[in-house]
Amino acid sequence: MTIFIWTIQCIFIPVVSPLCVGIIKKIKARLQNREGASIFQPYKDLWKLLHKDEVISRDASWIFHSAPFIVFAVTIVVGASIPLFGSFFNNTLTGDMLIIVYALSIGTFFLALAGMDTGSAFGGFGSSREMNLVALAEGGLIFSLLTAALISGTTNLSAISGSLFGQSQHFLSALLAFSGFFIVLLAETARFPYDNPDTHLELTMIHEAMILEYSGKKLALLEWASANKLLIFFALGANLFFPFGLAQNAYAGAIIIGIAIFMVKIFIFCLVIALIESGMAKLRFFRLPDLLFISFVLNVVALGLIR
Amino acid sequence: MLEIITSPISFFILLSLFFVGAVGSLLIRKDDDSANIWSNFFAIAGSLWGLLFSVTTIISERTVAFVVGGSPFPLLSLSFNIDLLSAFFIFIISLIALFCSIYAIGYVRHYYKKYHIGALGFFYNFFILGILLLLTASNGIFFLIGWEIMSVASFFAVIYDRKNQENVQAGFLYLVMTYIGTAFIVAAFLLLYKFTGSFDFETIKSDIALIPVGVKNIIFLSALIGFGVKAGIIPLHIWLPAAHPAAPSHISALMSGVMIKTGIFMMIRLFLDVLQPIPTWWGITVLIIGIVSSLLGVLYALTEHDIKRLLAYHSIENIGIILLGLGSALIFSSLSMPELALLSLVAALFHTLNHAIFKSLLFLGAGSVINQMHTRNMEEYGGLIKYMPQTAFFFLIGSMAISALPPFNGFFSEWLTFQSLFQGIAILDSSMRWLFILAVGALAFTGGLALACFVKAFGSIFLARPRSTEVTHAKESPSSMLFGMGALATLSFLFGIFSSQVTFLLEKIGQSFTIFQNMPATLLAENNQGLMVKNGFASVSGLAFTIFFAGVIMVVIFIIRSVVNKRQKIKIGATWDCGVDLTPRMEITSTGFASSIVLIFKGILKPSIQHEIEYHDSESRYLPKERTVVLGVSDVYQTYFYQPLHTLVNLLSLHTKKIQSGNINAYISYIFITLLIVLFITL
Repeated sequence: MTIFIWTIQCIFIPVVSPLCVGIIKKIKARLQNREGASIFQPYKDLWKLLHKDEVISRDASWIFHSAPFIVFAVTIVVGASIPLFGSFFNNTLTGDMLIIVYALSIGTFFLALAGMDTGSAFGGFGSSREMNLVALAEGGLIFSLLTAALISGTTNLSAISGSLFGQSQHFLSALLAFSGFFIVLLAETARFPYDNPDTHLELTMIHEAMILEYSGKKLALLEWASANKLLIFFALGANLFFPFGLAQNAYAGAIIIGIAIFMVKIFIFCLVIALIESGMAKLRFFRLPDLLFISFVLNVVALGLIR
Repeated sequence: MLEIITSPISFFILLSLFFVGAVGSLLIRKDDDSANIWSNFFAIAGSLWGLLFSVTTIISERTVAFVVGGSPFPLLSLSFNIDLLSAFFIFIISLIALFCSIYAIGYVRHYYKKYHIGALGFFYNFFILGILLLLTASNGIFFLIGWEIMSVASFFAVIYDRKNQENVQAGFLYLVMTYIGTAFIVAAFLLLYKFTGSFDFETIKSDIALIPVGVKNIIFLSALIGFGVKAGIIPLHIWLPAAHPAAPSHISALMSGVMIKTGIFMMIRLFLDVLQPIPTWWGITVLIIGIVSSLLGVLYALTEHDIKRLLAYHSIENIGIILLGLGSALIFSSLSMPELALLSLVAALFHTLNHAIFKSLLFLGAGSVINQMHTRNMEEYGGLIKYMPQTAFFFLIGSMAISALPPFNGFFSEWLTFQSLFQGIAILDSSMRWLFILAVGALAFTGGLALACFVKAFGSIFLARPRSTEVTHAKESPSSMLFGMGALATLSFLFGIFSSQVTFLLEKIGQSFTIFQNMPATLLAENNQGLMVKNGFASVSGLAFTIFFAGVIMVVIFIIRSVVNKRQKIKIGATWDCGVDLTPRMEITSTGFASSIVLIFKGILKPSIQHEIEYHDSESRYLPKERTVVLGVSDVYQTYFYQPLHTLVNLLSLHTKKIQSGNINAYISYIFITLLIVLFITL
């Protein structure tokens, strides 16, 4: 049974993540009065990219070649270590909040290096902006997770998601921490108002600029990894701050209910993201630190309110 | 067997190996090659002996204390006390010195015919000897002798490349700051002597109750300033980014990796052991210094484009992180929470060890690059990964370790530091709690900014296309240099994987302190899989993470390469250039990379731009001939702290000068007046 659940944990994120991207795109298209592509289009895109030939710059080194694999592997490892549909999964080895945060940084580190590797001006500036945002977002991220950790008295993510039930006296803290977390979520997953996930050509692009030189299967892996990262942040937000419906034990029924409720929560997150992206413009780059600083302050207040 | 290894004789063999290495290399200084081999051979032998000695001492928990002969001076006794803390620091210096010496065999060659290699070997060995003496001395004056040997030897190492005027200036700044520090240390020791009547640390410790509270506070402040100068805490750090780049790289590695930690060593020894019990505000002060040093250190590092200065600023940052651990240990111990204090102390000690490893690795890597490029300016590098692949790989590991990326060692000590700060937030009240929240914030931001800084450093040194022709002549370093770096990189990985075993030993070292004795249970659970804090508050396993991560990468590569796509082709093309020829000038520079962060923090960093335009016709000013733009960061300490201090000292000296009339009668009357005053006081 454990092996079975472990396998579900490992493959759940990569299997479901393209769907999230598809749903967000579909909702955005409907809001713009377009029909939009099918919600399964991202799967087809990935399949297509995986079978294409590649063009690689002659300036690229092994960093460029290995980065997609590392970035993708990081999202799998992290995705398998966080609570997805159940809180019973007591992962004491890699389930700590700090190793999750810093493991995600491994992906960012290699992606930013890969952006600089080919010597294109786009890639370099994309990396610079990405590192800028990540450096400032890290404080907010650690603090929002820390608020949840202190409420439940452990920094293990599965244990946090299991114990936030019935902590109604900390409602305000959790709410503030979630607001802070959500701001960081938008920054880390390269969504509006930080970055425009749809275009390669805007001057302020961040994530798309770093992967501009990639093609074929490596591009597929990077696109997939960024979808995984989106779902990982959804899962953290949904399961740490709204932990209802999580399977409390390893019975098949509980797990199926857990997965169903998790899918509903993901859908709500997709809806919110799509609404934000449809209703709001991208911010100027130098306004973004203010937003991240707000996230940090919200989290500090949330921490101060505990007890 | 154990008795023999941990005996005083064995310790003297250790000292004499370095002594023979030093004196011998000075004697054969005429022949560059044999001086190089001689000095480094004895340094390697001494380091190996030191490793054996310290590991045996720690594992068998045998502390050795002995006095050598009678001393001609009543206050100075050549007394040694090698306890577990000393042994731990001997372990660090031996470990780092071992690989630096191996590296030096290849590295020093580029100084042949330019300078005396024998002199370098002499100062190098004496530098290590001085550190060993100060780590083991148990008498204040004897300690100062070791401290001075270390300082003077490292001063001569800093000005070794003396044809460069900048290095001589850096050396002078270093010397001045060192002596300011030493003055404060002497003041602290003299105050201790006045009230306890002894320079002996053990006696001082047992008579500590004799010291009035106010004096104790002054002693704390003097010791903090004195040892803080050596540790490089902000704002006493200004010598560090000047002196570390100037020294030969293997000595920079030792200075950054080990020498600045001697300040930390003495802070631990005095504040956690000798001067106990302590008031809470001492810990608060140390914690605040840690917050400021870690944040500002990494911010200044981001503005640098000189590779060694960048690393030097990161040393300040990491000293800050160590002080976060030490400061919380002091706070917890003063609030009588020994379990938490021990946890924080273990975090601080672990980070001391880890920082020594990855920082010396990075300095050695920087040395290899500079050796090929003949400049420290990162803007002139680029694309070196193709010319120096192994060096690039080791530097990458160092960068990951210092950015606290798992599974390397930097992550695990920062994890422990985080956990001890979390415990503070969870347990303490009101204002103290906010201080710990601030500390966590500083540590979190430091992590993110360090990551950005090392993407910048690695990217602009090793990636993209060469920005100068010098790069295309670069060759991979000789094998001894590669071995030194490779071994440190491996250690950086191993200390991450086996962090729980290491922390177990560190905990034993901590428990040897008087304040941690008779403690029922410790917070760090004994767990072979990984680190674990207090009944599952937090746990992490480097080994599991590594295996899992490596497994996933292999599976992904296997699926992508062989299952999904077998027939795909890879075409080699040019980077997308928008239709114009790409030149290296279009790549992002290290200044450009950090400029947005510098702008965001412009309130602290105060960036400055200077335009200078030279015109063809200075009358009409229409046709510019040359434009120069100088980007810089104004040094806040220089303008607001050192400059006013300098003006004040100058002013005082000017006023004092007035009594120097040059008239001998006046001088005789001064003597007479002084005599009268002295008589008046004594009678």
